[in-house]
Formats: sequence, structure tokens, C-alpha cells
Amino acid sequence: MSSTEKNWTARLRKSTLESMEPQDLLPDNQPAYVASWIYVFGVLTIASLVMLIATGLVLTLEGPAWWHVSSVGHFWNSMHLWSVELFFVFMVVHLWGKFWMAAWRGKRTATWVTGVIAFMASILTALTGYLIQTNFDSQWIATEAKDGFNAMGIGAFFNTLNTGQAILLHVALLPLAVGIIVVWHILLVRRKGVVPPIDNDATIEGGAF
Amino acid sequence: MVLKVDPSKKWTGPTRPYDIIKEGVIAVVVVALLAAGLSLFFSSPDEKAVTLKSWSNTNAPDFVQTATGELAGTTTSAGYGAPYNHAAKGPTLGPLKLQDWAGVRIPVDPATSFVTEPLAILNDSSTNDAVTAWKAASADQQGKWATAYADALGKKPDAVSLEDTANAFGPVPTMISSLLVMAKTGALDGALTTSDTPLPTNFTKPLLFLADSEGYFGDLAAKQHLGGDQWGVMNETGSWPGQSWLWLFSLWYQVEPFKSSGNADTLVMTLMGFLTLCLALFPIFPFIRKLPYKIPIHRLIWKKWYARKL
Ligand code: HEM
Repeated sequence: MSSTEKNWTARLRKSTLESMEPQDLLPDNQPAYVASWIYVFGVLTIASLVMLIATGLVLTLEGPAWWHVSSVGHFWNSMHLWSVELFFVFMVVHLWGKFWMAAWRGKRTATWVTGVIAFMASILTALTGYLIQTNFDSQWIATEAKDGFNAMGIGAFFNTLNTGQAILLHVALLPLAVGIIVVWHILLVRRKGVVPPIDNDATIEGGAF
Repeated sequence: MVLKVDPSKKWTGPTRPYDIIKEGVIAVVVVALLAAGLSLFFSSPDEKAVTLKSWSNTNAPDFVQTATGELAGTTTSAGYGAPYNHAAKGPTLGPLKLQDWAGVRIPVDPATSFVTEPLAILNDSSTNDAVTAWKAASADQQGKWATAYADALGKKPDAVSLEDTANAFGPVPTMISSLLVMAKTGALDGALTTSDTPLPTNFTKPLLFLADSEGYFGDLAAKQHLGGDQWGVMNETGSWPGQSWLWLFSLWYQVEPFKSSGNADTLVMTLMGFLTLCLALFPIFPFIRKLPYKIPIHRLIWKKWYARKL
């Protein structure tokens, strides 16, 4: 091992800053095949996530009881809810789009896997969101969901009936986790470049796995 | 002609101008407008939270029966097991007793936590005497009293208290009547949320108690089509879309063998964990990774590219 290979800082620089040209990270052109509506859904998913964070931050301003008593609060709650619904619709279309494009070709398995992790982390974040509505729906979901988590031995640590725990998870740890995994997912896409179309030459396709 | 490309190599073919930042900004504006439109048109649901107070005032007989069930040990939470108590081993997955192994980390003994502990706060002398008599009795005796009262209440579904003509109920009617008084004023909600901590953020006890009620809590949920056998996990109150992404998770609860299995939760959770792992492994999954080649939806997606003039 040469000295730079042992140097943590050098290794971090190589695997991050030097792994990509500025042109890869923020390109002003794309391969000619990047011309389809399906590409829009990844971006729409990010846009929904941006809206989720923005509307969620508005909801934190006056505490969990605010939206039950204020029409302005209720509007922002609606914005947050509809952003969630859009987020998942876009994400699922994106997922199946990437499936039918076999977008994992050419050593892009990690991109696919980080996508799946983002999907799961989003589901857990959404569940904690439903738990902290502080209304009848959240009470019911809490009492139903506890059985699932208890059955796996998780309920002893993540207690859906503990509203305080759910609030903190929903506004801090979980969105942070989703954010980090999404950034990672997108950096992987930028670094590899967008996967080329499936062509007729099966030998090359086969060799790429 | 077939263009041979190795998808792991950097693209060297033709390109087209593309502005990803502009695309991103437009996407945020579009989503903001869509969300605002949907919010203005459809708003969002907010069915008021329920409490032990609203329960006991709306359906006192159901409260009385459930509370007696807590003493008799016949409710769901009284027989739950971990993480609340040692009443049962809980669901298992073959030799794996996951629920039991996690241990009793959130101790809740319904007879004590929901009834005798809160009654001590009431500080009423006849109630105190009743609780003292209850505590002094053997578990066997307690069971007989509570079961006798529960059976008698079962025969009079509209009653909130019964005379002890056969001298079979012991201190149970006094305790339950006092608990009903506390519940109706809201004092019980306070007692159950502040028993472990002075500043409540944890609703484990009142929610477990409420969830034991079929006549009130369960009934309200069924009216809002939220029952487990009504795809409840993914539904929302009213007719709003809920967590529709849980459709597959919900589906298993509607079909055999899960539907009638006492272990449904463990089975469904395990199955979903396994299926998620499969999804993550699609890129190396034998048959599945070939599907996009066999069903050529990519021909539509990259239509322009395949139609290009070379
Ligand atoms: C929070 C959720 C997600 C966000 C924000 C997101 C965002 C994106 C974006 C912006 C792209 C590049 C543009 C495009 O091709 O659309 C992309 C590519 C990709 N995504 Fe996602 N994604 C998410 C979830 C998923 C999921 C659930 C999967 C699949 C299981 C997935 C698989 C992929 C793959 C394989 C690519 C690479 C495509 C290529 O190289 O052409 N993503 N994602």
C-alpha cells in the first residue's frame, strides 16, 4: 500500500471529490437517450421530498396541537399530507420505471438497493407521521401497529403508543435518514451516469451483470 | 443496426442539452401547485381523538364491562404478554419467541395499572376499603369476584352497576363504580398518563385500556372502516387516501392462512421483510432480472432513441 492509500483523508477525497467531475455532478447535457417522461419521476420524487420538509417545518412551528385548532395550521397539514401522497405515487412509478429499464445494469446494483432502502425508510417515516396526528386515526393506527412490532420483538423498543417517541423520530432521526439515503442514491446516479437503453446485443447485456 | 454499448462504461455517444437544476426547480413548483390544489379541494381528515372520558360518557356500560374484564384478566392487554406483562408467551415464529425474548420493557399490569393504582388517587374511604379488600384477597378469590361480576354484567348489557344479591362480587362493584366516576370527569386520563412521569408524552396505558374496548373504540374504528379485516392498516378516517403503499402488507391479513392464524402478525411481518429483501435483490434474481428483456416496456420508454436515424 502506498502512503496515500493509507491516508484516510486522501482516501475520502478519492472516493468523493475525485470520483466525479464537476460536469458529472451538475451536467448541462445528457446522453441522447435521456429523453422520456419516465426520467421526470425521480426528480418529482425529490421535489415532493423538498415540499415534505418545507411543510413539515411549518407544522413544527406551533406544536402538535396547532393544526387541530387553526385553519392555517390545518391547511399546512393538508399540504403535508398531499405531499406525502404525491411523494409515494411518484416514487412507485419511478421504481417500476427503473425496473422495466433494468436500470441496475452496468454495476448499478447499489443505486437500486439504495432506492429500496429509501422506500423502506420513507414508509417508516410516514408511519410515524400517521402516529403523531394526535387524533382518532393516530390512536387507532398506534393500537393496531403495536401488534406487528411487538410480534417481532421490536415493540419493546419502538412503542407506537408512546406519542413523544414517535414525534421525535418523525421530526429528527427518520427524515434525516431518508435525506441521507436519497443524497447517496442521487450521487450514485450522477457518478455512474444514466443507464443506456437495453439494446439487442444480449452478449453485452449478459456480460454486464 | 445494433449499437453495442457496455452499460458500465462512461457514455461516449451522442448527447443532448439538459438543465437539471431548471428541471428540479420546475418540479418543485409543479408539486407545490399540485399539493396546494389538492389541499384546497380535499383538505385533510381530522377525526377528534377519544379519551377514557369520552368513552365512559358515551358508552358507560362498555367501560364498566371492559374495566371489570381488566380485573378478571380477560381483556386483550391483560392476556398480552411481552412487552407489557408475563400473561402470555405471545406469537412465535417456529422456535423463535421474538416477542417474549424482547422482555417486559413497558410494564403494564392492567388490574393494577388501570384500576387499583388510579383509585388510590381518588382518596375516597369506601373505595380505599374496597381496594384494600381486593389486595388482601388471593388471586384465586380476586378471579372469582371479577368473573362473577363480569358474567352478571354480561347478562345486563345496559347496566353500569349491579346489586350483589348473592354476595359473590366482593369489592369489585365499588371499585368499578368509583373508576367510572373518575373516568367520567377525565381524572382517569390524567392518572394513567402521569403514573410513570409527571409530564405526559406517553399514552401507552390509556391507549391499551381504550383498545380493550370493543363496544366503543373498536366500534368507532369499524364505522370508519379501519378494522384489520377491513384493510384497516392502510385506510384513513373518512374517504381520504391513507397509507396506500401498505397495500401488500394489508392484503395478507385478508387471506388464508394469515387471516385465521393466531400468529398472523409475526407471519406477515416476516413475509414482508423477506419480500423486501427480494425486491432489493431483483438485480441478481434469476428469473426476475430477465423480465425487462422479455416484456419489452423499455421499447416504449426509449421509443425516441430506438426510432432514431443512424
Ligand atoms: C426517496 C425516494 C427516491 C428518490 C428521491 C429517487 C430519486 C432518483 C433520481 C432523481 C434519479 C435520477 C433520475 C431518474 O432516472 O429518474 C434516480 C435514479 C434511479 N433510481 Fe431512484 N429515487 C428514489 C427511490 C428509488 C427506488 C425505490 C428505486 C428502486 C427500487 C430506485 C431506483 C433507481 C435506479 C436504479 C436509478 C438509476 C437509473 C439510471 O441509472 O438510469 N429509486 N432516483
